[in-house]
Amino acid sequence: MSALQAQSQPQSQPLVKVRDLNVAFVSKEATLHAVNGVDFDLAPKETLCILGESGSGKSVTLRSLMRLHPPKRTRITGTILVDGTDIVAASERELSSIRGRLVSMIFQEPMTALDPVFTIGKQITETIRRHEGVSQQEAQRRALDLLELVQIPSARQRLDAYPHELSGGLRQRAMIAVALSVRPKLLLADEPTTALDATVQIQVLLLLKRIQAELGMGVIFVTHDLGVAGEIADRIAVMYAGRFIEEAPTEPLLEAPEHPYVEGLLGATVTPASRGRRLTAIPGSPPNLRTLPEGCAFAPRCTYVVPACRAAVPDLLATAPERTVRCIRPAGLRPPMPPAMALAAEERAP
Amino acid sequence: MIFYIVRRVLYSIPIALSVGLVCFLLVYISPGDPISAIAPPDAPAEMIAQLRRDYGLDKPLPEQFLIWLGRVVQGDLGHSLATGRSVWGEVSVALQNTVSLAVAACTLAFALGMLLGGLAAAFRDTWVDRLAMTIAVAGVSVPHYWLGMLLVAVFAVTYPLAPSMGAGPGGTFVWDWAHLPFLILPMVTLSAIPLGLVARTVRGTVIEILHQDFITTLRGKGLRSGGILLHVAKNAAPSVLAVMGLQLGYLMGGSILVETVFSWPGTGFLLNSAIFQRDIPLLQGTILVLALLFVALNLVVDLGQALLDPRIKR
Repeated sequence: MSALQAQSQPQSQPLVKVRDLNVAFVSKEATLHAVNGVDFDLAPKETLCILGESGSGKSVTLRSLMRLHPPKRTRITGTILVDGTDIVAASERELSSIRGRLVSMIFQEPMTALDPVFTIGKQITETIRRHEGVSQQEAQRRALDLLELVQIPSARQRLDAYPHELSGGLRQRAMIAVALSVRPKLLLADEPTTALDATVQIQVLLLLKRIQAELGMGVIFVTHDLGVAGEIADRIAVMYAGRFIEEAPTEPLLEAPEHPYVEGLLGATVTPASRGRRLTAIPGSPPNLRTLPEGCAFAPRCTYVVPACRAAVPDLLATAPERTVRCIRPAGLRPPMPPAMALAAEERAP
Repeated sequence: MIFYIVRRVLYSIPIALSVGLVCFLLVYISPGDPISAIAPPDAPAEMIAQLRRDYGLDKPLPEQFLIWLGRVVQGDLGHSLATGRSVWGEVSVALQNTVSLAVAACTLAFALGMLLGGLAAAFRDTWVDRLAMTIAVAGVSVPHYWLGMLLVAVFAVTYPLAPSMGAGPGGTFVWDWAHLPFLILPMVTLSAIPLGLVARTVRGTVIEILHQDFITTLRGKGLRSGGILLHVAKNAAPSVLAVMGLQLGYLMGGSILVETVFSWPGTGFLLNSAIFQRDIPLLQGTILVLALLFVALNLVVDLGQALLDPRIKR
């Protein structure tokens, strides 16, 4: 739906514009290239899901949007514009007034992401007062509204509750309320449902979706869970070894992935259609970010690899409107199925 | 919270009773007959038996304990064998001197310790950190009687800046300008160990807290360093408070060595003379008062921790 919106207003200024983002962590022993040349835009009110496994650079990319990495060890280059503000060039002082007000973030583990010795109410009001300088009573009143917005039952008592007094789901709702304190234009969510059990997960996702529609925020959502991505995203970008390797609107991507890695991910996912069949696994393991291979980082694990793959990192290839893939042999541009793979597929057939 | 307080107070009653028992048994654990300290060496057997009856030493031990306990509860700690004055009178004067010294030394140690530890954590792995930790380690490891003698040699003998003996005019310390100079050298000496411990605890705790996830959340909310410091302080407070409480407890006990070096008329000094004069009632009373003070202080620390950390009270 939002994909349509994005099409209907192509001239509108994107909320987020990222160009050639590189993030490296420097230490005495080694330099770790966590993000290697990422470009993307996010329209206002759009939800982008960044999908990838541990160490693919998805969380690092997300944190770059408010420069939340440890400042001393991190090297960021490229351009990040959020609502016209240059995040890479901003001073610490400017950043602190952007964080929480223009961009805010929900974290994976609400138990450790909330301060254990401050009440929920205090953690919300201090954000409001930091950015808007309103009175404590006014902040308190707005904190109550926020807890009601995120549907925390008996909100008034919960203002005085400490994080350990809430259940996991309520804690994550409280975390969301903290993030929404000052109605940011951009909400970053770093695997916000991973630590929750399945039923609570769905409730929190639906809540996020509803609040996004209500407040009209742009959302960037990082997850490793395809199901979660399919539930919430307008667009999905898949990351591998610090690069975007495929980016497309949600449905086309989940129905017909083009990059071999994404095909592999979908093949390894349980769906109603996969009942009774063996799931396929992607051989090998993700590359070491200290010593990336020359060409395509996925080449060592890829079924369709040809020598050209190892020569240079493939460019992003536009295969359809709003659809790009970083592969020289994406699904549409290669022979139907190589013999070995066809054989394997036959063996697995019921 | 009320429930927690009541429970903690109830818990300390058996501890206090056991402390009393140990103090009482001191008379029997220590070698020699207490009577021999009072009676002349050549006293006839009847006189010794008479003394035994007078002091109630002929009754069975549990009965003696109950009688003694009953008197202690009423505030009667007996009389010093050496001076004949009431033990409570002696202890309370000495305690007043020691508490003044301990509070002064603790205040100095905690202020400097928190400053050093905080700086070390904020500038971790820089020369600031190394300097602060060198001071802290030196404070903990230097023998404090030696430090005391060094300070006396330098600041009382070579450069006579502060007096080195006693608590000032009248022999009892009071908070006025005439007595304050007497406090300086023993205070500095006594603060060395708690200073080092507090600095190291603050550094360790703050570094651990700075690595926790919620610090990232706080930065992500746009809080400035002042706002984040508030969170760090409240999170660090329980651990630091525990160390401080224990240290204050040790200092309240009076350092025998430091008080002897400076002839400070405190509990340490009193214990020292009680031991050398085999003045059992004085020893008993002093130890009992100090031990109970320690129990009470621990109780206060526990309650303070519960007040600061909502996860403790349950």
